[in-house]
Amino acid sequence: MLENEANPTISKSTGLPRKHFYRARAHSNPLSDSHFPVPISPSHVDFSLHYPQFSCEVSCIKKVQFADIGCGFGGLLISLSTFFPETLMIGMELRDKVAEYVKERILALRATNPGQYQNVSVVRTNSMKYIPNYFEKGQLTKMFFLFPDPHFKEKNHRRRVISPHLLDEYAHVLEVGGIIYTITDVEELGEWMKTCLDNHPMFEALTEQELQADPAVKLLSTATEEGQKVARNGGQTFQAVYRRIALSL
Amino acid sequence: MENTQPEGGENNRDLEVAPALISVHPTQDSVAITVGSDLRVFDLRGNCAVTLVDETGEAFHKDSIRAIRYGANGKLFVSSGDDKLVKVWSTDSWRCNASVCSEKRVSAVAVSNDGLYVCYADKFGVVWVVDLHGLDGNETLVNKKASPLLAHYCSIITSLVGCSLFGSFLFFSAWDVIFVGNGEFSPDGRFIVTADRDFKIRVTVFPKKPLDGAHEIQSFCLGHTEFVSCLAFLFTVDYPQGFLVSGSGDSTVRLWDINPGTLLDTCEFGSKAGIVDYKGNEVSCSTVTDLCTIPGILLVSCDLSSQTFGAVKVISNMGDSFIPTSLGCSSSAELLWTITGVSKPHGSNHNSLTCVRVLSGFKKTIPDAALPELTVVEDNEVPGAEKLLQKLQGSVTVEEEVFLAAAEAVKTSMCNLLIKKQYTTEKREFRKRSRNDKKTKQ
Repeated sequence: MLENEANPTISKSTGLPRKHFYRARAHSNPLSDSHFPVPISPSHVDFSLHYPQFSCEVSCIKKVQFADIGCGFGGLLISLSTFFPETLMIGMELRDKVAEYVKERILALRATNPGQYQNVSVVRTNSMKYIPNYFEKGQLTKMFFLFPDPHFKEKNHRRRVISPHLLDEYAHVLEVGGIIYTITDVEELGEWMKTCLDNHPMFEALTEQELQADPAVKLLSTATEEGQKVARNGGQTFQAVYRRIALSL
Repeated sequence: MENTQPEGGENNRDLEVAPALISVHPTQDSVAITVGSDLRVFDLRGNCAVTLVDETGEAFHKDSIRAIRYGANGKLFVSSGDDKLVKVWSTDSWRCNASVCSEKRVSAVAVSNDGLYVCYADKFGVVWVVDLHGLDGNETLVNKKASPLLAHYCSIITSLVGCSLFGSFLFFSAWDVIFVGNGEFSPDGRFIVTADRDFKIRVTVFPKKPLDGAHEIQSFCLGHTEFVSCLAFLFTVDYPQGFLVSGSGDSTVRLWDINPGTLLDTCEFGSKAGIVDYKGNEVSCSTVTDLCTIPGILLVSCDLSSQTFGAVKVISNMGDSFIPTSLGCSSSAELLWTITGVSKPHGSNHNSLTCVRVLSGFKKTIPDAALPELTVVEDNEVPGAEKLLQKLQGSVTVEEEVFLAAAEAVKTSMCNLLIKKQYTTEKREFRKRSRNDKKTKQ
């Protein structure tokens, strides 16, 4: 339980963790071998620890369906949680402190809003290497890549989270019909991601009507701290939303 | 632009030696070994040494060869390694047909059964495919471009195995890339299996147009808790689709059904599995020793009907100092060829060492659940006898002292390939100062 007196990192007024104590560099190297535990396979992950209220369903039927890759401070997940209260969702974040912040935030929200936010959690991991360790084939229905690290230099392009080879893995964990959402404020990166998705035979773009009809699309630019910052500064965003399709033989 | 050399003798390339590799032609027409950058072939049918002909721009290999493989139809042979060249040879004329440039050093190679594609894996985890259409053995094709097929995110690929359904051949793996055939001709179920140092095995559908990339992942075989060092397929007439066997640094050999990616059985043996070779229903494993455990070869039986491993036996009559670095055998699987050896350590007085030993005793009819008794074939009874030993080893006999001296080097080189280096924080900071990922000038 949170001890507001003893733990100054939690704000006394809102009960939520204060970002001031969880500051971290914006950038983390996805190529380095970090030292956090990696599950051997999806069946080795105890999801009931993440979703205690759903623990009996999680062990038999209910599976995580939404994944926010590089969830940052958790803005999107928190918004999605109330929008889709019956869906289990998880955030993956590489930076230690930031993942810690999200965890504290979720715990605080669960305490102050009984019955809510039970369907959202976070895990600290390198999603570029270990996605197959967490999710089974065709498990996810939505994957989010919001404002990923642009890695401007050409020699660093291979560190980008959307790349032709990694899309194979994302297509593997997404079910047919599942949707991948990407948004960025860097035009070159937006072009890159759109090109990668266009060229991949297992993804097709959503039509304008489908984009209008999808409630998650609106959240892309408004729900995250990064998105709000871009809006404040009057910047432009570039989104690419694609559906996972079956490979035509 | 010079790379600054970190102090403390950490110049790994100098100290690194390459383990010797052996590969046997599917119908035992020839035997090929490599030690360092030297590729030596002996023609068993003609009972004579082979002289390789290479008239491509870059003749022969200039640096350690890391992977060799015969194509399953026996017509092609591929070699590649640290010199970033993938060479395709014709096994009739032993002439180099094609020389493909890779951007990075190559860790594994394979040829498809129909001889139309060569795949190779580089140290960045990308598997490339080269189209060999139009190669009829007489021309020399240079400057063939490879297309990327699939990738393991930044993890060295240790073994590549392909399962395509044309023809029925057995094959063997020793940190190499292989394609195996199955017998039925069907458009589905064509897979390529890759394994890496991050404990993962990926099964991907091998597409009709490989040059467009292999995008459809069939499954991941997850379960190993250490680097996966080798892969092999086990199949018989009753089980044509076969099962995957993998060896790993977690001291286990595991049996998988690749379609769903499920683990069927695990065989522990208390020492790290380095190489897996398949023979009928038995799996021979050569163990990597970095803790004082069993050096040598282990024979494991596998029952495909119950999908479990059976008895395990250590082959102890090879001698304590003989640490096999590679195993090979032909389709008929009567003899198991083993080799131990390392290339010449830079700046040392020792020459490169290779020693070939052959084991026999794999008879077709053995009682169920019993493992065959294997015996080491005497030098003068080895196919090709002295001529073969002279060509492949460089000398007819190998001195015991030379063995022992090289044994340490062998162990180190095998471990370096598979186990990730753990640096202290200070060393890591120091390494960051000398960047080596700048683009090379074209």
